[in-house]
Amino acid sequence: MDSLKFSPPPVSEAAEALRVEVRAFLKDALAGQTATEKAQSWNGHNPEFSQLVGKQGWLGMTWPKQYGGQERSALERNVVVEEMLAAGAPVSAHWIAERQSGPTLLRYGTQAQCDEILPKILRGECYFAIGMSEPNSGSDLASVQTRAVKTDGGFVVNGSKIWTSNAHLSHYMILFCRTDARSEDRHSGHSQFLVDMKTPGLEIRPILFSTGEHQFNEVFFKDMFLPDEALIGQAGQGWKQVTGELSFERSGPDRFLSSFAAVKGMSGRIGTKPDDRGAIALGRIVAHLMVLRRMSRSIAGMLEDDLDPALQAAIVKDLGTTLEQEIPEIARQIVAVEPGEGADGELEAVLDYTIQHAPTFSLRGGTREILRGIIARGAGLR
Amino acid sequence: MDISQSLAVETTQRLLSEQCTDAVLAAADSGIWQQALWDQLAEFGLPVSLVGEDQGGIDLSIAEAFAIFRAAGRVALPLPIVETVLANWLLSRAGLEPFEGPASLVDGAALNLSAKNGGWHLGGTAPRVPWGRRADIVVLAGGQVARVGRAGITVAEGTNLADEPRDGLTFDAQLENAAVADLPDGTDLMAVLAAARCNQMAGAMERIFELTTAYALEREQFGRPLAKFQAIQQNLAVLAEQVAASNAAAEMATEAVEGAMSRMAVGAAKTRIGEAAGMVAAIAHQAVGAMGVTQEFSLHHLTRRLWSWREEYGNETYWAREIGLATAKLGPDGLWPAITAV
Repeated sequence: MDSLKFSPPPVSEAAEALRVEVRAFLKDALAGQTATEKAQSWNGHNPEFSQLVGKQGWLGMTWPKQYGGQERSALERNVVVEEMLAAGAPVSAHWIAERQSGPTLLRYGTQAQCDEILPKILRGECYFAIGMSEPNSGSDLASVQTRAVKTDGGFVVNGSKIWTSNAHLSHYMILFCRTDARSEDRHSGHSQFLVDMKTPGLEIRPILFSTGEHQFNEVFFKDMFLPDEALIGQAGQGWKQVTGELSFERSGPDRFLSSFAAVKGMSGRIGTKPDDRGAIALGRIVAHLMVLRRMSRSIAGMLEDDLDPALQAAIVKDLGTTLEQEIPEIARQIVAVEPGEGADGELEAVLDYTIQHAPTFSLRGGTREILRGIIARGAGLR
Repeated sequence: MDISQSLAVETTQRLLSEQCTDAVLAAADSGIWQQALWDQLAEFGLPVSLVGEDQGGIDLSIAEAFAIFRAAGRVALPLPIVETVLANWLLSRAGLEPFEGPASLVDGAALNLSAKNGGWHLGGTAPRVPWGRRADIVVLAGGQVARVGRAGITVAEGTNLADEPRDGLTFDAQLENAAVADLPDGTDLMAVLAAARCNQMAGAMERIFELTTAYALEREQFGRPLAKFQAIQQNLAVLAEQVAASNAAAEMATEAVEGAMSRMAVGAAKTRIGEAAGMVAAIAHQAVGAMGVTQEFSLHHLTRRLWSWREEYGNETYWAREIGLATAKLGPDGLWPAITAV
């Protein structure tokens, strides 16, 4: 099975030069960050920071120059992304837009959509929500019931989306819904739409995380009118389009660095001359991260070459999130620590956050079981 | 260059998969030296893979040689080809003549190589030398390579759990001046050997994946192939993931040997692959059932080697400790730069 081979990641001097720049920028920009902010990883929401990153030219840097992009390599983007995550930068505001919504528009969007939206994403001013999951359609995405019905000059949408992170802080959503009646082929009859979150008929209700944080939402559509121009790509081709979007969502460093603040915290606590237990635990995590990073960079190379890394992305995400979930469990066995806020140590606050959010790592972006199903299919087992 | 496209690698892969049959493996398990297969490999020039053409070698790149190691692991090759290639590599780099027959090498930090009687004397004991009972021995001690051969060696035979020879050698050998030479650039022999085992293990795991999926597609229970059961699919997906990570790790180790010889990179690879080996063997045996632990099914040739090789040249604990000590020393802010330096 060739997809079990990850071609060597491309070597890029430009990317390594960029790394130095990004590190210097982050050192300044993130001075004074709290432990919890570092632990939030790509959940930290900070529009000012996003705009600052946009000014550096580090958003959508692979996109065409006509939209303000720089047509730089996927590997260079990979460097920016991994440096931001390793440093615990608050990237959440622009994250979805830059990672998957922009690329989806670039591939399938109309000229007008690209002209209107992409420059704003590049500036760190335009944020997106994902419109995939529904109350009755989680892992079984193809079963979505939200429906857009053709009418004069557009579509009328009824239904709802759920687990919509940052819907209340976003300007747009890419809505995945049904446009044709259900047919024998359950992967046909879907479409994607560009939805302004201020559209009449769209209502957002918060769903609070167990910690009280407001990130999730439920989004309702009641006779919401979308003009024909809101359609992304071809009507009826939504399934093919959305699975491409998921490749962007699954392969990046965000799938193995979510707990990196806890690794740093553990390293700080075991000190520069750790005992064997501490050294072995830290060394094992470092070894895993080195290999995962190599695999993720290999996928960046595949994206650069316009190959489809869907299967490789599923492999990296499952391996990466498994490690992310192990890390807080390892840290608490190596260091005597009672997670909580207001304690003296940083690690206490980091673990308070990471332990409670770790269950989501293997849910968001495709559950562990779905990913393993994809891998099994790739292996010809189903 | 795409290494798998290299003619030498491709030809070796084909030769090994055709000639390293179940019968060969079974005979080797019972202690019979496989001379005919060795002769075929020798005829092709494999023992001198890493020796320059001017010294009669075939002058492959490190990456090509390590791809051959991977192919050898894939078929559980019961011959010391890895050891011979690397022993001759050391000899040729020190300007000494390569051995024609099977050779093995000893990291001789605990041996005593000293000037004596107008030549050199080698003394001391080396434990668990691969194929020590019949290979010509090369020792690396104190930055010097000694072309020992077989004279002055007492053998205490032993095996690993895959029945591969791992012999204790006691040296009391007088060597001529011409048999000892400086190794110009130095070599971290343990790391090179660990990287070689990484490739053998990655090759073995790839084959285990193929054998196991083929079995799951063929074997039927409850009226359908095992592969159609979700529980089996999920386990085999985990197996596939471990194989993928091991492939990437093995390449990382090869690149390290070919490049700046980062002990950190090799150690990370051996840690990762050693961990994968245990999981891969466990999942494969679970899927294949009792058949897998019998001599009638070839899985055991591969899994028993994984269980052996993961302990050699530093197991997961050894390397994780070394990596952990080195990275902890850099402090929390030095951690990420250390990871990206590999």
